[in-house]
Amino acid sequence: MELDLVTYAVPFLLVGAKITLLISVFGVALGLPFGIALAVIRASKHRMLSRSADIYCAVFRGTPMLVQIFVIYYGLGQLSAIRSNPVIWWIVGDSLHAAILAVVLNTGAYTAEIFRTALLSLPRGLIEASQACGLSVWSTFRHVRFPLAVRQALPAYSSEVAIIVKESSLASTITVLEITGYAKRLMSETFAIMDIFIITSAFYLMMNVISLTSLKLIERKLSFDK
Amino acid sequence: MSFDLWVLLVERGWGFALLRGATVTLAVGLLGMLAGIIVAVPLALLRWRRLPIFSQAVDGYSILVRGVPGLLVIYLLFFGSIEWVQRLATAFGYQNSADDAYPFVIGVVAIAAISCAYSIEVFRGALEAVPVGLLEAAKSLALPNHVTFFRVTLPIALRLALGGLNNVWQMTIKDTSLVSVVGMQELMRSAAIAAGITRSPLLFYCAAAGMFFALTAISQTLFSHTERFFNRGFSRG
Repeated sequence: MELDLVTYAVPFLLVGAKITLLISVFGVALGLPFGIALAVIRASKHRMLSRSADIYCAVFRGTPMLVQIFVIYYGLGQLSAIRSNPVIWWIVGDSLHAAILAVVLNTGAYTAEIFRTALLSLPRGLIEASQACGLSVWSTFRHVRFPLAVRQALPAYSSEVAIIVKESSLASTITVLEITGYAKRLMSETFAIMDIFIITSAFYLMMNVISLTSLKLIERKLSFDK
Repeated sequence: MSFDLWVLLVERGWGFALLRGATVTLAVGLLGMLAGIIVAVPLALLRWRRLPIFSQAVDGYSILVRGVPGLLVIYLLFFGSIEWVQRLATAFGYQNSADDAYPFVIGVVAIAAISCAYSIEVFRGALEAVPVGLLEAAKSLALPNHVTFFRVTLPIALRLALGGLNNVWQMTIKDTSLVSVVGMQELMRSAAIAAGITRSPLLFYCAAAGMFFALTAISQTLFSHTERFFNRGFSRG
């Protein structure tokens, strides 16, 4: 691998890395609360609500994210009701915003699944105990169920974060130039396919290592036996 | 609206184009998954036996492919192979047939390369999860190594791997949509072409989403039936 190629490619990929990071950060910051909310709704006793949250998760987990991103970016723009609404159009009409929306909606469904199983796995006795202490439903959730569920869910959620970083590459299909978008461009520009692939994968692996280690640290911080 | 739908999907034949795309998707998914498993089993065995250099190589491959986006792997295989495939085909005088079959073949190879990396992890985990007591029992019966492997380890490991393989398959069928980006005429590409010509992207992308959902839902039920069949006689959980 020539040094020239590396010095040529890395600045482009760094610009792309910023966008990948942006999408991933929003994906976690918005997708995590969204997913937890979905998980709580799915576990709720309200039949209609939990049913529709179930369907939402099944649909977003059962279809490829490429389809979702195309429906959002190309499909929704067809409806005049959406084009005339400035707030929605601000989200859907811009390719970067649409990509972030797609990532959030997609990861929300997977996160909901992770937290739902975590909430279900909690020992029944603890919840009964907190009810016996007279805690309200909200207090039980806030002080008992949620803190325990987070510990259960974290290992699975950390791989979900790695998936978010990878899925953000689909933004390149709707003209957002993030790492993969630049990689494709560099591949067709320099014809050094393998070299560009290696440099680009180093970027992704680095991002994954950073996110996985930081989540591991959080996991250790939250665990009972320090 | 419903009249428009009928005209678009049936009279102009876009519905059939989508269905044809769906069969290509299914074919690429099945072939890729199958090829991935065929390659993954021996690699997982190498990894499981901790053969010095091979084991690290398999690990490296699996970490690399699982760590980078599928789109990037597809770009590598497509752009990286197009030149010498064409040179090879021209040299042997198969220019036209190569142009036709090329995206499909490389598409299958790309999907196989991705699913293989995940399958390795599934098989390795399953092999490691085989209870030690069973292997010790086989040893105490003085079973030869290959008998232990084929009669004890492998059947148990395959049963344990089924759940993980289900996940890999679900992921693989969804990953086939990525091959559309490099021009293979599968479900997603058909939907994109239909959307472009008829100028109704919402309808066709939603239709593609519906077909993908049907594919994953059907295979999910098939898998849970198979799993129940192979797990008969075992207590759950």
